Amino acid sequence: MEHIFYSLQDFMVYTKGITYLIMGGLLVLLPLFWVFVAGNDEKKELF
Amino acid sequence: MAITRRKFLGWMGCAAAGSATLAGTAAYGASNKEFKGHPGSFGVLHDTTRCIGCRKCEKACNEVNKMPDPKVPFEDLSVLETERRTSVHTHTVVNRYAPSKQASSEKQHPIFVKKQCNHCLEPACASACFVKAFKKDKKGPVGYDETLCVGCRYCMVACPFNIPAYEYDNPLTPRVMKCTMCLPRIEEGKLPGCVEICPREALVFGKRDDLIREARMRIQKYPDLYVDHIYGEHEMGGTSWLYLSKVPFSQIGMREDLGTTSAPQMTAGALSAVPIVVGLWPVLLTGIYAISKRKDKVAEEEAQEAIAHVKEEAETALASELAKLKEKMTKEKETAVTAAVKKAMDEAAAAAQAEEKAKTEEQKAPEAESDVEEEK
Amino acid sequence: MAFKLPPVSLKIEATPGNIITGIILILGFGLTVMRFYGGLGAVTNLDDTNPWGIWIGFDLLCGVALAAGGYVTSASCYVFGLKRYHSAVRPAILTAFLGYALVVFALHYDVGRPWRLPYPIFVSPGTSSLLFEVGLCVFLYLNVLFIEFTPAAFEWLGLSKIRGIVMKMTMALTIFGVILSTLHQSSLGALFLISPSKLHPLWYSGYLPVYFFISSMFAGMSMVIFEGSLAHRYLHDKMDETHLKESDGVVLGFSKAASFIMMGYLGIKVIGLAIDNNWHYLFTGWGAWFLLELLGFVGLPAFIYAIAARDKNVKLARIASVIAVLGIVFNRLNISIVAFNWHLPAAQRYMPSWMEIVTSVFIVTVGITVYRFITANMPVLYEHPDYKHEH
Repeated sequence: MEHIFYSLQDFMVYTKGITYLIMGGLLVLLPLFWVFVAGNDEKKELF
Repeated sequence: MAITRRKFLGWMGCAAAGSATLAGTAAYGASNKEFKGHPGSFGVLHDTTRCIGCRKCEKACNEVNKMPDPKVPFEDLSVLETERRTSVHTHTVVNRYAPSKQASSEKQHPIFVKKQCNHCLEPACASACFVKAFKKDKKGPVGYDETLCVGCRYCMVACPFNIPAYEYDNPLTPRVMKCTMCLPRIEEGKLPGCVEICPREALVFGKRDDLIREARMRIQKYPDLYVDHIYGEHEMGGTSWLYLSKVPFSQIGMREDLGTTSAPQMTAGALSAVPIVVGLWPVLLTGIYAISKRKDKVAEEEAQEAIAHVKEEAETALASELAKLKEKMTKEKETAVTAAVKKAMDEAAAAAQAEEKAKTEEQKAPEAESDVEEEK
Repeated sequence: MAFKLPPVSLKIEATPGNIITGIILILGFGLTVMRFYGGLGAVTNLDDTNPWGIWIGFDLLCGVALAAGGYVTSASCYVFGLKRYHSAVRPAILTAFLGYALVVFALHYDVGRPWRLPYPIFVSPGTSSLLFEVGLCVFLYLNVLFIEFTPAAFEWLGLSKIRGIVMKMTMALTIFGVILSTLHQSSLGALFLISPSKLHPLWYSGYLPVYFFISSMFAGMSMVIFEGSLAHRYLHDKMDETHLKESDGVVLGFSKAASFIMMGYLGIKVIGLAIDNNWHYLFTGWGAWFLLELLGFVGLPAFIYAIAARDKNVKLARIASVIAVLGIVFNRLNISIVAFNWHLPAAQRYMPSWMEIVTSVFIVTVGITVYRFITANMPVLYEHPDYKHEH
């Protein structure tokens, strides 16, 4: 079911709420992925 | 009107298409979607040409909101001498404006304007509030929840109409105070206090859409009485309170330079940059880090290579030197041996000669031979 | 775990500086009582039209901008690989942490119900607000700075195991810190995007967040140089050879960087004028004020920095840093107070009360006192002998 937004304000609160959660996820995932990309040789140097 | 089966299906189709459109557009970013406000929300039309400045609305507001009695009673109209703004205990004020001097004779009466929260369709206070203490109700009013308020007063910075007031003298539980459009009364089916008491119908309560139509009609009917503008129809994205005036609004204390951009639109760009920074900065910075790290590593490797090279060269040089030395020594040895052998041979030859010449010197030759052997 | 509290030096001598500090602290406590007994109205000149005074304009905006030295220095050292800056990182992190802690401390005075400060994050997040963004980032960054500073405390306390764990996270923390700083430094500028009708057009711009972020970089560098010169004068005995040897390099390196960034900042400020077609305002009184800010407090220090960097003149760099720091204060106060509500008649404008000013001075004094205590005891300006030669 799709919620209908009647005001930009409500829309912003909703969408920014979700983007903040995604931001949190990115901040966790990106460093982990970098550790994966960098492989074993750089692992010790990064963290 | 009879509803035929065909018509009914048609409606259903429209409804389905309509909801699909809404659902579809809701998924887009804010950039290409227009929000029209809560359908059927209420508002108030304030026709300043009808206001007589009796301050009855101020009194009603005071009573409805159970505010303390003012220092100057509401019947005393001398307060109109100075321009006032809303404050903690007065959620609405009436101001008097002198007519402009160039105006024609019929416009010579003073103009009274009631001031209160305009209940924006896209409230700046709500957009600014970091705890969602302000909320635009679907019925129209912008409400305030004091159980959430931290008291940062950013709403007051944000409000383009300078409406919210703050309990500066309350040390522990200060609230932001402003007109509620009498939401509790609206929910009971009553009119807002100020509208109900207005003796001149300078205030009309109704659905905002209807009020805009009504205002247009008045402008059309009496073009000499009104400037052709409904203040609040588009200002700051539109407000639930609407105003009509016979002089330009800037002459009656209302800013005409606010524009039609709503508060959430003004901050939308900056807000949308935030997640992009979060997404890209880790990549960029880790990239810069990795490059500088790599450079360090390469520099280190190069340094090591250089050292290795120098070492190798030195070793080769040393080796060749040694070889040369060895060769030289061997040569010297050989020369010495040859010389010794030659000497021995010469001596032997000389001995032989001597043997031949003198048979008495026969014992010398084996001695020389043993000398040669020793040298070897 | 072997844990022994190291000796704490708490010698307080009756020097003039200490006496003044004492007087300010006592005054501050008095004003604190007044604030929480009589409300904001009892100590401030704030009113309904001017809701933000110097506790926001100076304590929050300037405090955060001038605490930018933490992310600038740690990014130069760890991300950009300028290892010679290593001895400058720890003092910069400490001042940044103290700066942010003081900002939060100051907010407790300004905000109506300070115990609700966690509400935006934990109770009712108003995600449409830029102040939410600022609050979230400042909260997270304060934690990051705290963790980044803990190695010094762990060395002091002799907890080498935990120290090792934190040191392994240095890189991730640094990058996280730069992200958070980018966001909240810029968002502090973006706070004013919502009130174009109140802020003078010369200062209001869609680029406000960019201006705040870029200016925070040279604010941070200037503050590192400025604090360095103060520390050299008063805490020279606490510095080790590495710190003394590297500090001139840091000063000159930051002079060069700050000078160039300031020129870039001037450039984008002019672009801001052009893009909103605000040239005509330059010929008003406000324009003169604006040009004073731009030429006197950005252009001039940028030029002095450049000369300092060219001539390797550390003294000149320190002079430039003072002007640049004053320039940042000038800019932030212009935006939050001087050019805010510029259209209102003088009677409706805000002037801080002496009590507001003393409270701000009190808060800064608290910071300096804590800084002196920490640098007197913990390995900040020198390396702990047990952990030398590690990097």
